Amino acid sequence: MNAIDVKNIVKKFGDFTAVNGVSFAVDEGEIFGLLGPNGAGKSTLIRMLTTLLPPTAGTAIINGFDVVKQSDGVRRSIGVIPQAMTSDLELSVEENLLIFAKLYGVPRDKRRKLIAELLDAVELSQWADKQVRNLSGGMRRRVEIARGLVHEPRIFFLDEPTTGLDPVSRVGVWEMLTKIKQQRDLTILLTTHYMDEADRLCDRIAIVDHGDLKALDTPLKLKASIPGKNVIDVSFQGAPPDWLQQLERLPAVERVTGQDNIFRISSGNGPATTTALMDAAAAAKVPVQSLSVQSTTLDDVFVHYAGRALRDALQDAAPTDFSFMRNR
Amino acid sequence: MYRAWAIVERELRRFRRSPLLIIVSMIFPIVQLVVLGYAFGGNVKHLKLAIVDQDHGVPAVKVRELASAAAAGSQIVDTLDYADQGEALTDLRNGRVNGVLTIPPEFSRRVLQKNQPRVALIEDNTDTFVSVALAGTITSMLGSYNQPGAAPRVPGQATLDVVEVYPYVPYVQYLLPGTICMSIFMMVMIGGGIIFIDDKARGLHEGYLVTPITKFELIAGFNVSGAIKAVLAGLVLMTIGSVIAGIPNAFEPLRLFRLFVVIVFTSFALISFMFLLMVRVTDPLMPRAMFGVLNTLLYFPSGAVYPQQGFPAWMRVIAVADPFTYAVHAFKSLLLKNTGFAAIGSDLGYLLVFSVVSMTAATMLFRRTL
Repeated sequence: MNAIDVKNIVKKFGDFTAVNGVSFAVDEGEIFGLLGPNGAGKSTLIRMLTTLLPPTAGTAIINGFDVVKQSDGVRRSIGVIPQAMTSDLELSVEENLLIFAKLYGVPRDKRRKLIAELLDAVELSQWADKQVRNLSGGMRRRVEIARGLVHEPRIFFLDEPTTGLDPVSRVGVWEMLTKIKQQRDLTILLTTHYMDEADRLCDRIAIVDHGDLKALDTPLKLKASIPGKNVIDVSFQGAPPDWLQQLERLPAVERVTGQDNIFRISSGNGPATTTALMDAAAAAKVPVQSLSVQSTTLDDVFVHYAGRALRDALQDAAPTDFSFMRNR
Repeated sequence: MYRAWAIVERELRRFRRSPLLIIVSMIFPIVQLVVLGYAFGGNVKHLKLAIVDQDHGVPAVKVRELASAAAAGSQIVDTLDYADQGEALTDLRNGRVNGVLTIPPEFSRRVLQKNQPRVALIEDNTDTFVSVALAGTITSMLGSYNQPGAAPRVPGQATLDVVEVYPYVPYVQYLLPGTICMSIFMMVMIGGGIIFIDDKARGLHEGYLVTPITKFELIAGFNVSGAIKAVLAGLVLMTIGSVIAGIPNAFEPLRLFRLFVVIVFTSFALISFMFLLMVRVTDPLMPRAMFGVLNTLLYFPSGAVYPQQGFPAWMRVIAVADPFTYAVHAFKSLLLKNTGFAAIGSDLGYLLVFSVVSMTAATMLFRRTL
């Protein structure tokens, strides 16, 4: 049985379609990533899967429970870390966990032991009696991770768990999640707009943009699925008008994009293409200003499937606050 | 229902760490009690009364002596003699005096002829309280003037003997019941409505909504926690207010118990009403904007500051539905008359029905999704 089974799920807010017929399945024990810019529909999707929003059409089965018809069963099976920091600042770390243990109906005799184990797992035992308001952003996120696991859920949803954290805290959260995943029999679905986060954490990634699922596979296969094993970013001084066409004729070149003096070349053999590129530039007396050769990244994958760079998409992102639509 | 208690526990733990909340919600009602209670509670005194004697006869002198006696006795008026009527009226218009008592030239002759002798009071009627006090003093003074020199052995006129059932109630005591309601309302507003919407805006409710808690458990949890906070506010204000207002035997155990019951019923009624109003609100500005309107609509028509019998018909309609009306009546009965439950049974009944209806409606309107 799949831990999560989503079929043609749709969410509309009035005339706006936030999620447009997305289907995917997540195996038990898998870490599954939804990758896309803000406004791509990731949070709407995760809110439907966690019973916070009713789907307009389609079905979603979580741990064998339908999100619409058996929402209580879904809620008992899942742990959720929302995008916003939602811990009670006035309460201590331990109190936050205790209240949620009670909300989930964890038996009294198990509560203390579970909370102690979780605080140990997220390395917050020594901060247990401190008010959450006194903790850093990374520590607050760890409180929320522990809080989401306090009832021992089978499936764990994390909506952009490292957004707003500094690089060190982000790595800390990744390590924490990897460790918890190894210790517990958990299926994890997370959303992110960080390529490196998806690449490092996820067994499989679904690329989402404008409410559509653009691609779904393991990070390795996604990278292999696009043209070129290497990406060469190069800039010239005074490149002739037909320079792009000349670059396309270099050995192992699969695709060239760019204009004026700046180009991106996808190549099946980075070293051979680079050598030929330098020779061609010298022969044409076109000076090379800068050159970098790198392996294909998820950013290239996103460009390939979404038709634009993720960093551009982040800047042009659609609004994520749909509260104005909730009342429709 | 154990999940509702988790909500209650969470809210009370937060409340315990926010002592400022209870202080802030207490300050306004206490300041109002002290300032309004003593500002409106005292008698009007030392009003300046210009006396223009155009007669100078013996009866006119008697009127002036009575005016001077009234000034020395009750001190409601201070008399000032004017020779010129025009000058006195100019001073009246310029606010230097509050009224002008004119004894006309024919006064003494008419007294002696028993031909409808009259004096005139020209008063500044822009201030009702002042003009009523002046007219009352002069009417009383003339009553004394008209008394015969020797009273008949067996009076033939009917007289009125007033028997007051309760000790004198100063205005500050009259105001206390409404002020207790106000403190409960303040806590319901700040510790209930505003925090509820702020939490919603911060996304805290998403945390609850993904748990198996039911709609009823959520609403019940918020209502019970809000009511407990409001009861604490009501008890604190009742204690401090009783001391400030000087309520006799305020801390008699049985009366305290009855007051506690009314505070609990009032708290539940107001917090249920608050959640009914806030159940679909998402904008944190909304409860703040509603605060003043609600305060005016609930507090003033309740009879807390002025008897409802003086209200126009449309305001009486508001007063009938207003839960403050019943709470204020119950508190007045207990604090000013020290009655038992028999006198406040219908008030408690209304507050209970109001709570149940509001909470049921709030539960029906509450959305389990975002």
